[in-house]
Amino acid sequence: MSQKVLLNATEVNIILHRLACQLIEKHNDFTNTVLVGLQPRGKFLAKRLAKILKEDYKIKDLKLGLLDITFYRDDFRRSDKPLEANTTEIDFVVENKNVVFIDDVLYTGRSIRAALTAIQSFGRPEEIELLTLIDRRFSRHLPIQPNYRGRQVDAINKEKVIVQWQEQGDKDAVYLINN
Amino acid sequence: MSELSVNHLLGIKYLNKQDIQLIFETADHFKEVINRPIKKVPSLRDITIANLFFENSTRTKLSFELAEKRLSADVINFSASQSSVKKGETLIDTVNNILSMKVDMVVMRHPNPGAGVFLSKHVKASIVNAGDGAHEHPTQALLDSYSIRERLGEVKGKNIVIVGDILHSRVALSNIYALQLQGAKVMVCGPKTLIPKYIDKLGVKVETDLRKALEWCDVANMLRVQNERMDISYFPSTREYTQQFGVDKALLDSLNKEITIMHPGPINRGVEITSDVADSDQAIILDQVQNGVAIRMAVIYLLASKIKQ
Repeated sequence: MSQKVLLNATEVNIILHRLACQLIEKHNDFTNTVLVGLQPRGKFLAKRLAKILKEDYKIKDLKLGLLDITFYRDDFRRSDKPLEANTTEIDFVVENKNVVFIDDVLYTGRSIRAALTAIQSFGRPEEIELLTLIDRRFSRHLPIQPNYRGRQVDAINKEKVIVQWQEQGDKDAVYLINN
Repeated sequence: MSELSVNHLLGIKYLNKQDIQLIFETADHFKEVINRPIKKVPSLRDITIANLFFENSTRTKLSFELAEKRLSADVINFSASQSSVKKGETLIDTVNNILSMKVDMVVMRHPNPGAGVFLSKHVKASIVNAGDGAHEHPTQALLDSYSIRERLGEVKGKNIVIVGDILHSRVALSNIYALQLQGAKVMVCGPKTLIPKYIDKLGVKVETDLRKALEWCDVANMLRVQNERMDISYFPSTREYTQQFGVDKALLDSLNKEITIMHPGPINRGVEITSDVADSDQAIILDQVQNGVAIRMAVIYLLASKIKQ
């Protein structure tokens, strides 16, 4: 097994600030925009971006929710492992809002497909966008592309991209692992 | 998340502690789902479930059907009163006929104890026991424990008394198994004639004085007197039963602590509990009904995930 560092903590920090600025460019003061982190891995990125927007860019009323897509996945009874559910925390209505989905790695696009169905349980959004830290090129199973991307990565199928967050114990980093 | 240790839910007797924990954690997620504007998830869209009710039921049947529909399963309903069972068809034949229409799961209520266990040995489908005679009613016991956990934080270490007709009650037996598995202490209280002879072998306390029982407990689960199952007279009159084993507000207020009141329904108001108790803040009867849907969604979802394609 070999491991290569794609992004170190400094690079992750620069990218997060750039993504925050791109969001502000489009959504101004976020009055009609909500951020939705996709469980389980998108939670860390969503919370970090929300923190930067609030503390560094003084966005006041920023709404952040967490969406679990387990019950909307298309591989129920098809995967070997049981699907593990996480909590959904959305205490606002998404009707007529601009929703920004946030996830760490965009790979096949199937999670995003499930999220697009899941979010409809909370109303009909005006618009849905997608922000990902890592976009794995050439590996999509569905016609889904991000609106905001941190870094595009070319990884072949047996390679794995792992995003590690400081909140989980170690410092921020993105690794490419080859088994 | 792990898997259930069983392929059918035939009774609490066949479950372990981790299974109950897993069902509760899954039910937490479904409880959030059923409080959304759109209360439905697509997980079971390729699963067909048959609800076979060989005995009357209103709320259990509605609760199961709602749980199945909230999970997007296809549902077919069957009740014995309108079927070929009356023409002499056996249980296995009835069920196999239904299964040949490509049904994946069977939810069954039957008047004979062990009907679910019998069926699970003879047909290829996941079986959920929705009550078999006076034997078990596992989903009721799960939703009762889940409601206690919701109200009091945990079930472990709590004192629970089950009051009333223990002899004819499948709810009592399933509750005893479920509560003991989770580390609660269980007492039964009722007229001697309605308490099974060897119940102490299950490790439960027996009390015939209602006041003493209520003073001991944190939660009282009040059972209905099942007149329809009584072939002989077990107590002199309903009025006398109410005087000795009925709970009213005055009795609750005279206790030295506030206890939680549960009831599996349907309530005979004025017999086992009075209206002012049933409608008070101490009663969690309607929470039990709401939790019933979440618990049944969890059970069906977890069993369905074990049906491989």
